[in-house]
Amino acid sequence: MSPADSAAPPLVVAEDLARYFDVSSPWLERLIGREPRRRLRAVDQASFAIPRGRTLALVGESGCGKSTVARLVTGLYRPSRGRVLFDGVDVTAARGAAGAAVRRRMQMIFQDPYASLNPRWRVGDIVAEPARVQAVVRGRAQCQALVAELLQQVGLHPDDARKYPHQFSGGQRQRISIARALSSAPQFLVCDEPTSALDVSVQAQVLNLLADLQTRLGLTCLFISHNLAVVEYVADDIGVMYLGRIVEFGPRDAVLSRPAHPYTRLLLDAVPDLAMTGRARTPVGGEVPNPIDPPAGCAFHPRCPWADARCRAEPPALWVDGRGRVVACHAVQEGRLG
Amino acid sequence: MSRVAAWLDSDLAWSFRRSPVTVAAAAVALLCVGGALLAPWIAPHDPFDLAALDLMDALAPPAWLAEGRWRFLLGTDDQGRDVLSGILYGARISVAVGVASVLLSALAGVALGLLAGYAGGAVDAFVMRVADVQLSFPAILVALLVDGVARIALPELAHGAAAFWVIVLSIALSGWVQYARTVRGSTLVEARKEYVQAARLIGRHPAAIVLRHILPNVTGPVLVIATIHLATAITTEATLSFLGVGMPATTPSLGTLIRIGNDFLFSGEWWITLFPGLALVALVLSVNLLGDWLRDALNPRLA
Amino acid sequence: MTAAVLEVRCLTVEFATRRGVVRAVEDLSLTIGEGEVLGVVGESGAGKSLTGTAVLGLLEPPARIGAGEIWLGGERIDHLPPARLRRLRGRHMGAIFQDPLTALDPLFTVGDQLEETIRAHLPASRAEARARAVALLAETGVPAPERRMDQYPHQLSGGLRQRVVIALALCAEPRLVIADEPTTALDVSTQAQIIALLKRITRAHGTAVMLVTHDMGVIAETADRVAVLYAGRVVESGAVRQVLHAPRHPYTAGLMASIPRLGAVGARLAQIDGAMPRPGALPPGCAFHPRCPKAMQRCREERPPAVADAASQVACWLAIAPAEMTARAGEGHARDGAIQALGSVPP
Repeated sequence: MSPADSAAPPLVVAEDLARYFDVSSPWLERLIGREPRRRLRAVDQASFAIPRGRTLALVGESGCGKSTVARLVTGLYRPSRGRVLFDGVDVTAARGAAGAAVRRRMQMIFQDPYASLNPRWRVGDIVAEPARVQAVVRGRAQCQALVAELLQQVGLHPDDARKYPHQFSGGQRQRISIARALSSAPQFLVCDEPTSALDVSVQAQVLNLLADLQTRLGLTCLFISHNLAVVEYVADDIGVMYLGRIVEFGPRDAVLSRPAHPYTRLLLDAVPDLAMTGRARTPVGGEVPNPIDPPAGCAFHPRCPWADARCRAEPPALWVDGRGRVVACHAVQEGRLG
Repeated sequence: MSRVAAWLDSDLAWSFRRSPVTVAAAAVALLCVGGALLAPWIAPHDPFDLAALDLMDALAPPAWLAEGRWRFLLGTDDQGRDVLSGILYGARISVAVGVASVLLSALAGVALGLLAGYAGGAVDAFVMRVADVQLSFPAILVALLVDGVARIALPELAHGAAAFWVIVLSIALSGWVQYARTVRGSTLVEARKEYVQAARLIGRHPAAIVLRHILPNVTGPVLVIATIHLATAITTEATLSFLGVGMPATTPSLGTLIRIGNDFLFSGEWWITLFPGLALVALVLSVNLLGDWLRDALNPRLA
Repeated sequence: MTAAVLEVRCLTVEFATRRGVVRAVEDLSLTIGEGEVLGVVGESGAGKSLTGTAVLGLLEPPARIGAGEIWLGGERIDHLPPARLRRLRGRHMGAIFQDPLTALDPLFTVGDQLEETIRAHLPASRAEARARAVALLAETGVPAPERRMDQYPHQLSGGLRQRVVIALALCAEPRLVIADEPTTALDVSTQAQIIALLKRITRAHGTAVMLVTHDMGVIAETADRVAVLYAGRVVESGAVRQVLHAPRHPYTAGLMASIPRLGAVGARLAQIDGAMPRPGALPPGCAFHPRCPKAMQRCREERPPAVADAASQVACWLAIAPAEMTARAGEGHARDGAIQALGSVPP
């Protein structure tokens, strides 16, 4: 979380990213039932830039497309539209040697500490795999030395390399995941809900470890989470997503302390109040609609207390509010809401 | 802890020791398979040594009956061949056919299942439709078909020599589907897990992902299927041989022995068919019981 | 204080494994009064869900109640035969589980399930049962309840399903509701709605609630009293405000300090090093001592008993022998695990 060098171009740029999934029934059923093809717009019109050494956090509820963005950025999914530039190189177009070179510089940490490590592999092999595949190290001795160093870096013992994943707790497994991600010496780390499967006391360990590593290694991060308090702790910039679109984007303090979009306000209001101040809530009803057929106009309008005829008809475009914040909301743009 | 000690301490070994039926089944299976493997060394006679056969010994009853001789513990057949030795040699062929066809169908099924599950799309659809078609033919029908084709294609002499492989191929042809379906299902589950995504992320070749990452995680059910399939394969072979399309009388399997003995059942020489039959039941039942135990022991929900 | 609806005395839940009996919950005592919400909070594996399951009489072998007594409204229920327990569960105890989809039968409509449950436990005609079912749905905030009655669970959203499950739990006006992670599977904005609903409904009906969760936020919003579990034992219990704001057990303090909260920008999160021991591998003495920054010699040798004062109850030698603690703290006994910034819990 070092201050951004404003002169250097951002490390990661997403331009108008979109990803659709075909969720149609099998063609025979479609034929018989005369159903049309159905597309799920998991991500649409997502654009952002992550400066070197900074952390962008994407926050939103399930089905908002934040994990899909993570997979688009790392090249696990191919975008339906738009592109991702990593240090000026188009990630989706880069194949062969160029692709390998890009991939070595980006790594990912996953949500589920039980599914993200191959249960049949020893920890040492798991951690060494990216380094070996991408030829960062050569030979057994060099490889073992790297594994020992990485394990120590994440707070484990070098001897743990000989054990299997099931011998570790959830938090320790997440440390192994982090060690694996670091083994190819990446510059960019995508963290997809890395602590949401962990207990709070362990979550703190992992978040602190990530913060330390980021400072020490100068990593650039994309952090995906549904927890605003966690996001506040890790992020420099925050993007709020709702039904596949970024509805608000800006520096952390601006977004969290002066939220513009009604959905951001709702999310902030829903955070349980640990201090028990008994603050009054404006309970917003409704739930996230099915992303297969989202509401017309602004996708948030059925739940929005400020929605009017325009919101129901016309999807709002992103609008720069002059305070470094980007918002997609008619009400904000028209000044209808404070 | 050494490897052996570690294994003895494992949950699998523990559940094995706790089940007397399984221990007994294992003992019987070991006896059958061991007897079959060691037949040339432990059989009292060599039933294939034509020079040693003496028609004077023909149709001797088991040793404990009147006219029985201790040289021929379970009696002899119409050619004067010792039934016990015949069973040991026959079981050897039955087990060999079973193991070979299980290996062949497992190999094919696992490979196709991995391919279908990981590649998906048209490849998946094609493999699974072929499997559906395969499944709509009963195993016996497939075997009869393959045998028929082989009889037409091969000269009489070559067919006798190739009978073993013809049977193995027929059984494997109907057996691979189960492996393929199971492995495809597990592959779909594993491929969605994050460790596979992590491997894709670093640009590992799909073949490496399938073989190094997914394969080790889908082998549990394969082991269970293979054990139960071994029993089925031995029975199928016996059925085919009994119907006369299996192993020829010159290299008889248990099924062939039962068929030969069947002709003498009504003339009172029951031992020629009963003892090979009992051996077959013991072998198949014990292997089946082992398979059932393995299925339960490897299933975490029942444990 | 009102009469206790649920009283759990010295409950032990154990598993018979091949390596011997493992105690997953030990010597646990709780009481819940009428209309009171007791939060049972702990990390995964602390035994909180097992406690709820044991009270409901739904423990599956190899888990079993090893010792202790469970009293519901003056009747001892831990040794009742299964058939009797089943009737009791529907009539006097309701259950709300984490995943609303598995709690509902996918083959029957919402109305069928509600009516059947009502008629199984209350003397009511079909029409009366239906009227009551619609009223319950309306009370749990299901929009257009008449229409929802004829829908199947899969046609409802996650939040609506959980409302139906709550209605189902309240069908027979039970005295006790056990809610096991009722909001964990829901989205943040829906969570807030369900918490508010749970609170409102139970207050209105005077139902006692045992709220099992890992989420301190849910506890803070909903519960009157809280019991903090660690490694199968209650380490601290008392009024929510007391326990959350002035924790006396080092574990509770560490837990509270490690929760990221809005508005605390720049501060490093406090963390408890290490992980909770698994049942069957508990250290001697206090189970928390390897992670405790204030552990003393006595903590390593002897298990602390629960001691109560007016506001709360705590099982820690510090609470028993504060003088001894201060004398030893300076000697630097605690090295293998440290709660950093322990004192940073906001008042």
